[in-house]
Amino acid sequence: MYSETVMDHFNNPRNQREIPDADGIGEVGNQKCGDIMRIFLKIHDNVIEDASFQTFGCGAAVASSSMATEMIKGKTLEEAWEISNKAVAEALEGLPPQKLHCSVLAEEAIHAAINNYLEKMGLEPWEEGEGSCAGCSGCGTD
Amino acid sequence: MENKHEIYLDNAATTRTHPDVVSAMLPYFSLHFGNPSSLYSIARSSRTAIEEARRKVAAALGADEREIFFTSGGTESDNWAIRGIASAHGKKGRHIITTAIEHHAVLHTVEALEKEGFEITYLPVDEYGMVSPESVEEAIRPDTILISVMLANNEIGTIQPVQKIGEIARSHKIIFHSDAVQAIGQIPVDVRTMNVDLLSISAHKFGGPKGVGALFIRRGLRIDPLLYGGAQEQRRRAGTENVPGIVGLGAAIERAAAMMSEKAERMKKLRKRLIDGLLTIPKSRLNGHPTERLPNNVNIIFDYIEGESILLLLDANGIAASTGSACTSASLDPSHVLLACGLPHEQAHGSLRLTLGEETTEADIDYVLGVVPTVVQRLRDMSPLTPKELRTR
Repeated sequence: MYSETVMDHFNNPRNQREIPDADGIGEVGNQKCGDIMRIFLKIHDNVIEDASFQTFGCGAAVASSSMATEMIKGKTLEEAWEISNKAVAEALEGLPPQKLHCSVLAEEAIHAAINNYLEKMGLEPWEEGEGSCAGCSGCGTD
Repeated sequence: MENKHEIYLDNAATTRTHPDVVSAMLPYFSLHFGNPSSLYSIARSSRTAIEEARRKVAAALGADEREIFFTSGGTESDNWAIRGIASAHGKKGRHIITTAIEHHAVLHTVEALEKEGFEITYLPVDEYGMVSPESVEEAIRPDTILISVMLANNEIGTIQPVQKIGEIARSHKIIFHSDAVQAIGQIPVDVRTMNVDLLSISAHKFGGPKGVGALFIRRGLRIDPLLYGGAQEQRRRAGTENVPGIVGLGAAIERAAAMMSEKAERMKKLRKRLIDGLLTIPKSRLNGHPTERLPNNVNIIFDYIEGESILLLLDANGIAASTGSACTSASLDPSHVLLACGLPHEQAHGSLRLTLGEETTEADIDYVLGVVPTVVQRLRDMSPLTPKELRTR
C-alpha cells in the first residue's frame, strides 16, 4: 500500500527528535483524527538551519513529517512556506488517497511553526493560502 | 528488514485453510465436477458430497440437516437473515433490534433497511462490550420483528449472553438471529440451547475455504430468499452450489468441532501468557471482557501511539496483527466497537488485536512479547503525546 520511500521514511525517520531551544514550534492535527504532528525549527538569518518533528499517527503521517523536515532544512522561511502538501506527497512517491491528509498536516505544521517564530519575533503571522486542504477527505473536524 | 519469523496472529480476519480440508476439496474441482442439480451419475457424487457436508454442519450446530442452507459466506448469511425476515415479516412490524457492536455485515444491512422505512434500535454495550439481556427486553415493542445479536465479537472477543437473549426473544415470539461467525471452533455453539431462529457461519474463520458459509434457518420459519433463480437449497437460495467450498466447509467444521475443547484450553493458556506479558507495558489496557471472551482473542490499547504504526513495525518483525485504528480503513473513524465500549477516539486509535490460531506456539508468544515493548517504546519516543517519564530519549 505504501511506496518504498514512505516505508523508508517510516522505518528510518529523519530528524525525529525534539529541539529543546527551538525558535518556532508548530503543532497541528488532533487525537480524535489519529494524527498529531509537531514540527520544531531552528532559524538563523531567515534560514531554517535545523528542523525536527514528533508525530502521533500512522505510517504516512510519520513519513510525511520526516520528508517535510528534510525538505525545509536550509530553505528560507519564504521558500519553506511555499512547500505544498502535494510536493511532500510527490517526494514520498505518492500516498494512498485516504492518506493525503497526512501530507496536508505536514504543510500545516510547517506553516504553524513558521508563524510561531514570526509571532515570537513580534511579526505578523502569514496568512494561509487557499486550498491547503485540497484533495483531502478531511477528518470531519475543522 | 529480514523476516526470520513469520507469526500469524490475525486468525479473526481469516485462517489458513487446513491441508486436510484442501485435500477433501480437491476431487470436487476436476474429478467430481458435475452440477449437483443434474441427473447423470457424475453429478450424483456432487450431490452426495453436499448432503454429507450438510450433515456435518448440522451435527456441529446441533441442528437438523434440513435447517442448514449454504451461502457464499458470513456476509451473505447476515444479509439474508436480516433482509429475508424484514421482507417476509415487514407487514407485521418494522422494528428491528440489534447492537452497536455488530459486524458491518449486520450494521450496514439494517442501515439499508432504515432507509426503506424500518426502525432500528442499536443496543449499547458496557465497558467490556457486553449487551445486557435486560436492555433487549426493554427495547422490545409490539412491532418488533427481529432481534440480531452476535455470539462473539470479532474485535474484542466478548461473548454475548445469547442464550438469555434467545429466551427473551422466544417468550415474546420474536425472531432471533445471531452472527456466530467468530465463535465456531472456539466455543460450543448449539442452536437449540441458544434459542436462535437464524445463525450465520463462515468457513474461512475455522480452517475452511473463503467464499462459503451457511445460514441455519429454524424449521418452519418463514423467510424470503435473498437470491432468486434456480431451485437449489430447498428453493431458498438460488445458484449452482459451490461444491468444493461446501465440501471444505463440512470438513473444516467437523475438524473444528472435534478439536475444539482441547484447542480452547491451549488457546486460553497462550492468551493469558500474552495478555499478562503485554500488560506489563506501562499505560496499556485490555479491551473486551476479562473472562467472557473468545479463547484466542487479545485486544490491547497502548496510550500515546497509533495502531497502523504498530502494525507496520510488527510486520517488519514478521508479526501479522490487526488494529481498530481508523488509519487502516478508508474512513477516518476508529473502531465502532471500541467507541461503543466507551473509549475516547484517541485511545481507540491505539488498539492492537492479536488473534491466536491452532498453529500458534508458546515460542511465538514469547517472541511477540519480546518485540511489542520495543515497538511501543519506539513509537512513544516519536509521539508528541508521550509524557517525559515514559520516554527513553
